[in-house]
Amino acid sequence: MSDTIGDTTAPSALQRLGRWAQSRWRTIIVVIPFAWLLLFFLAPFFIVAKISVAELAIASPPFTKMIEWTDGGILTIRIVFDNFIYILEDSLYVNTYINSLKISVTCTILCLLLGYPIAYGIVRSGPVAKPLLLFAIILPFWTSFLLRVYAWMGLLADQGTINNLLIAMGVIDEPIRMLYTVFAVYLGIVYTYMPFMILPLYANMEKLDGSLNEAAADLGSRPTNTFFKVTLPLTMPGIIAGSLLVFIPATGEYVIPDLLGGGNVQMIGRVLFNEFSRNTDWPVAAAVAIVLLFLLVLPIILFQYYQGKASEAS
Amino acid sequence: MYGKRSRFLTIMLSIGLAFFYIPMILLVIYSFNYSKLVPVWSGWSIRWYEKLLFDSPDVWAAVSLSLKIAFVNATFATLLGTLAALVMVRFGRFKGRTLFGGMLVAPLVMPEVITGLSLLVLFISLKEAIGWPAERGFTTITIAHITFSMAYVAVTVQARLTGVGQTLEEAAADLGAKPFKVLTAITIPQLTPALISGWLLAFTLSLDDLVIASFVTGPGANTLPILIFSRIRLGLRPDINALATIIILFVAICVAIAAILMFRQHRRDLRDQQLAAGEDA
Repeated sequence: MSDTIGDTTAPSALQRLGRWAQSRWRTIIVVIPFAWLLLFFLAPFFIVAKISVAELAIASPPFTKMIEWTDGGILTIRIVFDNFIYILEDSLYVNTYINSLKISVTCTILCLLLGYPIAYGIVRSGPVAKPLLLFAIILPFWTSFLLRVYAWMGLLADQGTINNLLIAMGVIDEPIRMLYTVFAVYLGIVYTYMPFMILPLYANMEKLDGSLNEAAADLGSRPTNTFFKVTLPLTMPGIIAGSLLVFIPATGEYVIPDLLGGGNVQMIGRVLFNEFSRNTDWPVAAAVAIVLLFLLVLPIILFQYYQGKASEAS
Repeated sequence: MYGKRSRFLTIMLSIGLAFFYIPMILLVIYSFNYSKLVPVWSGWSIRWYEKLLFDSPDVWAAVSLSLKIAFVNATFATLLGTLAALVMVRFGRFKGRTLFGGMLVAPLVMPEVITGLSLLVLFISLKEAIGWPAERGFTTITIAHITFSMAYVAVTVQARLTGVGQTLEEAAADLGAKPFKVLTAITIPQLTPALISGWLLAFTLSLDDLVIASFVTGPGANTLPILIFSRIRLGLRPDINALATIIILFVAICVAIAAILMFRQHRRDLRDQQLAAGEDA
């Protein structure tokens, strides 16, 4: 391009750089984000895996080295699986994993049962109401997660809004314990993760062809029958995407069990965080993370597959 | 798809919206409570806002750190996420595409405790090996945030890229524009609405993150969520209600602006399509 040639005869370093960039731009565009993800997303997992097979040591960082040159110039490789054995034999850890999965599966189902009619209701709204309703659903998604959890602390506390209201109405005499129970954790997860269920469902339903429902009705199908035979199968991709977007992160949730469950609800994300920050037992924390990742690897691959298919289809 | 909304759907919508908004509305109302005990109402007051504005330097230090991180993060995440989206949508097959695509969407669902822990051990290993990053704080939090927010930007930009199609790009190429020129003169301008919403999304995601920042931060570097979390762990606090009200208001305004921008763009696109269809006929 002529406009890149300056007044001077010899090209400056900047111009040379510009020309090089123009000739190799395709490679540069691939390499920059690729290298970033390799370094800051993929490589860290291998380091976590490496630490998970080390032993706790009084050192900085507090674990033994995997590869070490000992005095006689001998290369030693030390790999111990004690951390994994410790986790899998300790019923506390095993129960916490099971409890986390139980809570996240239940919350996913609750989000689906509540979110599906909400998404369908938006899709079926008129041209004026639709963007407004969509905005109303997206707004909480953008509002601070932490503050939405905090809002429930005010509602559920012993001296909170719900108990005060029920006592004032004479329904109960003593406050019901809701904050710092497993009920509060379920409520918090369903509340904060609901938009992740509604938005993919909406995107999927929006593309449905309304004439299919009309055709079914014309052929004498009742609305309930049409829903189960036509609408539900067609919205399956949305259901799967939404469910995975809720299930996977909810399993490792830390903030909600900590703030709404107090010490009474054990979830693996909270155990991992505490293992790490309070006990500073890095090898065990790393092993806890690897086991959690192992449990979630299948759903994550499934999500990647559907995400890839969705972007190719559109 | 429009259609008749049954009574059941209308009821579910109303319950859903009430479920979403009642907790937040109560949070805002109680920020104007005079009482030090959040749920005990004792008259309207703005004393918690006064305390927040004039007597909370630590809060403002945290706000300033969070905004700085969010700004740098949003800018880099938009750049990297856009490049990644271009690679995924326009570059066809290349070696490592599956790995690339996988790494790009995995951060969307990866539990935060895993991402946080793994980035922390990376930063510590890097420091051992090459002495960088010397201390954890602004830089490490920003890098961590870029890594997960670029995935959100990539998804947003990818949708727009497939949406606008390649017609204009092909036309420009036919008229003799070099690929690089096509990219800067056609593709990037077409992407502008997605770039703006991607930037805003990355900005809010960064402002919102507690878990990953808690892992990768160092002594003394408190972001706003870290500060809020350390306080509400001990129970309800009226000054946090006031802070929450300000944040909710700020976010609502930003989202409204973004929504209006997107809506206008959507209308313009529809009009262009109609015009194009009219010319064809």
